[in-house]
Amino acid sequence: MSAAQNGGAPAADGYRSYYGKPVLKEPVWEPIVPAYFFLGGTAGAAASLGLAARITGNAPLARAATYVNALAITASPPLLIADLGRPERFLNMLRMFKLTSPMSVGTWIVSASGLASGAATALELLGRMPRAKLAAEAAAGALGPFLATYTAALLADTSIPVWHEARRELPFVFAGSSAASAGAASALLAAPPQAAAARRLAVAGAALELVATALMQRRLGFLADPYRRGSAAKLTASSGALTAAGTAGMLVAGRSRAGTLAAGTLLLAGSLAKRLAVFRAGFESARDPRYTIVSQRRRVERRAARSQPSSRR
Amino acid sequence: MSPALNLGTKPLGWPQSYGEEAAPRMGFFTDTSICIGCKACEIACKEWNEVPEDNLVFSGQSFDNTGALSANSWRHVAFIEQNVPAATPTAEAELPEELRWLMSSDVCKHCTHAACLDVCPTGAIFRTEFGTVVIQDDVCNGCGYCIPACPFGVISRRERDQLPAAAGAEVAGLGTTHKCTLCYDRLKDGMEPACAKACPTNSIQFGELDELRERAGQRVQELQLQGAGEARLYGEDPHDGVGGLGAFFLLLDDPEVYGLPPDPVVPTRHLPEIWGAAVLAGAALAGAVVAAVAGGRK
Repeated sequence: MSAAQNGGAPAADGYRSYYGKPVLKEPVWEPIVPAYFFLGGTAGAAASLGLAARITGNAPLARAATYVNALAITASPPLLIADLGRPERFLNMLRMFKLTSPMSVGTWIVSASGLASGAATALELLGRMPRAKLAAEAAAGALGPFLATYTAALLADTSIPVWHEARRELPFVFAGSSAASAGAASALLAAPPQAAAARRLAVAGAALELVATALMQRRLGFLADPYRRGSAAKLTASSGALTAAGTAGMLVAGRSRAGTLAAGTLLLAGSLAKRLAVFRAGFESARDPRYTIVSQRRRVERRAARSQPSSRR
Repeated sequence: MSPALNLGTKPLGWPQSYGEEAAPRMGFFTDTSICIGCKACEIACKEWNEVPEDNLVFSGQSFDNTGALSANSWRHVAFIEQNVPAATPTAEAELPEELRWLMSSDVCKHCTHAACLDVCPTGAIFRTEFGTVVIQDDVCNGCGYCIPACPFGVISRRERDQLPAAAGAEVAGLGTTHKCTLCYDRLKDGMEPACAKACPTNSIQFGELDELRERAGQRVQELQLQGAGEARLYGEDPHDGVGGLGAFFLLLDDPEVYGLPPDPVVPTRHLPEIWGAAVLAGAALAGAVVAAVAGGRK
């Protein structure tokens, strides 16, 4: 009698399911979505860096960060619209503002950031109206951190265990990854003597990302298995190696053009790989019913144990 | 949980939001103990709602060739074949076993706290006057957020490549998400949903949710008295992680055996934690920027 024939018989690791079929649906999102997470995060952190550099009078770094921000945010809306099933209806997103939908909140953050960044970049290129430019930079810089982290909230507000159960750590992973990529990209565009702050941001961001990732995986327990094996494991390992190497390179050789170029490229690649890893892990987490069923079953058992303490030991 | 932030006034929740049109909450009680697996519900649903034909596949496993709920299957009959200890022990075998079949017609649960509705950024998903959850196909822009949000894996997006080539151009609703509407159009006309109407054993019962819960409670007691100790209700408790289901079930085994999550929780229940972490992480990023810029100015 085959295992498949005996419906609901426990699998090798002790949980029961409907013939191993998924409980949840995998997302229909394409890899352009994590590519947007990377670009949006880079744009957001770069806007904040640009504003801080402007305030402290570092005009060359402010200009570099503004351009990084402009490039990254210009590419974002087309990616988001292209992923819709009915792209011509993208404006329906602006029918409402819903706090229960991080995608709705994010649409408004991207729209407002895009307008502010566009204005700041145009005025930077024209070299005119410095006060209006500062106002636009201030708006983009203030929204920037949330442009970088709302995408983590978007993933966390789903039923996919590897995303939902990482709701406390995932925004810090994305914040660190965004700081690393924005710092690296800005350091690439500015002359090394003026780019010290960008390099420091890149290193601090990379450190935050690595620590938050480790914490996230530890707290997830077996739910983090998609990061350890399966389709997301290689991306996870690559991201870690690229980010660690980029951080070391930035610390050791960041003062030279060639050093910044090499280390910055590694950090950017590590940041992109991190978003792809998180994205792929979600698919794996939805596809295998083990994650949903075992974690919920344990919750049921914990509750039962709490309500009947006398029956234990 | 308010579905939309209406600046100024707090929006009314269901059913007050419907004013004079408010109706009692309607739902399904699916008593799987009397399901015979005929799939009349699947067919009636497809016919009435003009749900397109999927690629017809032979799963090679039990009688379930539908596989799962999706944009193109709004009812799904699960078949579970089990070897269980025989009810009447025989003298020949020491541990006699017999085959039992569990059959259950799955459907959208029309949750009290519906994740799909909460996360929908266009407002395409709404709660009807009957307390059911419906996707407006002409508003949905196919962002796909409702798909991984649903704790039951009910929703998917209708794509051309899932449909047989012959289905061709006349298929409606491509690129948007679909699921059971609890026959919203029939309810408006005082009719019962097509699946319940077609069910020959009354395994699918339609009615006012309060009344269904009462009936289900009696049924499960009755079954237990008859010796079916494994009979239990699933989703009838208004205090569970999704606030109770508008379409709930009587099961004869653990929910996961039927492909149902054992302890579903609406992800938006943790919204304060989710937004709290996002804001804290944003503040950490801003702090890192300030520290990086200030760091060189000692």
